Parts: sequence; structure tokens; C-alpha cells
Amino acid sequence: MEFNTAVKAELLEKLSAQFPDAEFTTEEFAGEISLIFHKKHIAAVAAFLKDDPSFQFLICEDITAIDWATRKHRFMMVYILYSMKLSERIKLKCTVEEDDQTIDSVASVWKSANWSERETYDMYGITFNNHPDHRRMYMPEEFEYHPLRKDYPLMGIPGDLPLPKKSE
Amino acid sequence: MGLEAKLTQDGFFTTTIDALAAWARKSAVWPMPMGISCCAIEMMAAGDPKYDIARFGSEVMRFTPRQCDVMIVAGTVTYKMSHVVKKIYDQMPDPKWVIAMGACTSSGGMYRSYSVVQGIDQFLPVDLYVAGCPPRPDNLLNALMQIQDKIGKTRARDFQDSPKLVETV
Repeated sequence: MEFNTAVKAELLEKLSAQFPDAEFTTEEFAGEISLIFHKKHIAAVAAFLKDDPSFQFLICEDITAIDWATRKHRFMMVYILYSMKLSERIKLKCTVEEDDQTIDSVASVWKSANWSERETYDMYGITFNNHPDHRRMYMPEEFEYHPLRKDYPLMGIPGDLPLPKKSE
Repeated sequence: MGLEAKLTQDGFFTTTIDALAAWARKSAVWPMPMGISCCAIEMMAAGDPKYDIARFGSEVMRFTPRQCDVMIVAGTVTYKMSHVVKKIYDQMPDPKWVIAMGACTSSGGMYRSYSVVQGIDQFLPVDLYVAGCPPRPDNLLNALMQIQDKIGKTRARDFQDSPKLVETV
């Protein structure tokens, strides 16, 4: 099923009117569009997409990241949103550089983003500015690595996770 | 040929305290159901009337480790969970036994990954490994019977502290 072209045109028109200094590019795949833009706009764009009465992307289905490992822009944040009003799903994508692994939190826009961002921090090491509860999600607090990064070995680094001592 | 027949025939029987204690001990092995993932479903099935673990005196699944004799570790043990499993094992009174139920518990199974302990024998003394993913309840009952055989061969001195010299003045 194709993405609703009228919605797509309105989306791009309103976004460029609202954020004149931001540059939005789109990709379409399997009936869903991706909006790609600079990470400094993420919190404002997220709030706009949720609150605008003609879009109402009320559901933040998932937040995750991609580690492209060898690419120039190493990380890419991915936000998957759903609008019950339009029955359409969009993705927001922002690149995050290896030497500045931070992005603004959207936990104040969607409550579900809180845990998704914690998981992304745990697995990829991207830190979220203004996050209300910035802790690891799955791994132990004293764990030093971020396991879903491509430079972390599949079987882990020996000794990075302690085992209990064997009793005699 | 049961105990009753023997008693009506002779009125007595002879045994050793060791054998009697081991027989009593092996006939009431209370499990600690350490159900961590899907193997726990098969462990529950072993307790239902069809497979009926009560036939072997092990129906009393205690959810406190302090009343248990054998810990059935049923499921994937992650590094984070391993400390919990060890803590519960440490609270069980001696003598105690451990059954590693299923592929994940015995060797990490299909989870060849940084987060899963590749076999709980890295931190627990395992008495018996049960093959399967998950093992059928019959397989768990077989493991329990083998544990019973093992317990039946124990002697009281195996569990006693080594004798200490008493100082005489």
C-alpha cells in the first residue's frame, strides 16, 4: 500500500513552513516514508508531529539506532511513529556522529520514549539530553560496553560480566 | 512383595540406618522450581496429573529454597540472572542437588551470545544434565529418578563434617 500522497505533500509543506532552517529529505519504502533531518530539530519536530491536529502521530512505536560501523556518519537514530487519525506510519531519521554521540530526548513528548531511549543508550551508547531517567535498561549498571555496537564481539569480552564464585 | 507382605510373613526386617536414611531421603526429594523460561512450562507439565511427579515423591514444589533438596534450573540463565540463581542455591540446606534442565541451562543452547551463561556448571555444581529444547516431562522424570539413584547410594558420613579432635584437659 502506498503512502497517502496528499498527506505526504501536506506534511512536507507544513514542516518546511514550521522549520525554515531545517532541511527535510524523504525516502519511501514499502508504503512508509522516512523523514531525514538534522538531529538538533528532533525534539521540536516530534512535538509538532504529535500536536498538529491534521497529523496526530500520538503513538511512538519504537526508538532505536543503527550502527553503520564503516560509514562516515556512524550512527542513525530511528523513530517509528503511528497516527491513528491517518492510519499511516512514518519514520524519523537523524544521523549521530561518532565524536558527538548525543541527541535531545523526546521523552517529554511521548512517555513511551523513556524506556526506548534508555534501551538505545544501553545498546548503542548514544546519550539523550534532558532525559528524566538516564540509566541502562537491560545490562547491569556497572557494565562498561554497549553490546549492539558493531565493534563489540558477539560472545562479549571475557570478564566484562562477572559470574558468581563457584563454591567448593 | 511389598513391605506389608514382608511384615505379615516375618514381622520384622533388617536394614542399616544408612540405607534407611538414604531410602527416606530419596523418596521425598523436594524440588526448588527455578523456572526461568520455557523449560518451566514442561516442568509444570511434569507436575500435572498426566505425568504426575507425585509418583516419585517430588510433588512438593517449594517456592522457598529453605525447604528444598534439588534445584531444577529450567531455562536460559543470563549473566544478570546467574547471581540470583546462585543466591537461591546458597540458601538451600545441605545436602542438595542440581538438575540443569534443557539445552540453554546446560550449555547456553541456541543463545550463543554475550549475555547468556554458556552452561550453569560455570558457577554451580550440576549433578544431572537433561537434554532437550525443552525436554519432555518424561525426560525430567527420568532425571529425577537418576537423582534418586544417586541419593540412594549416599551414606550419612558423606554429609557429616570431618571429625574434629576434642581437646582434653
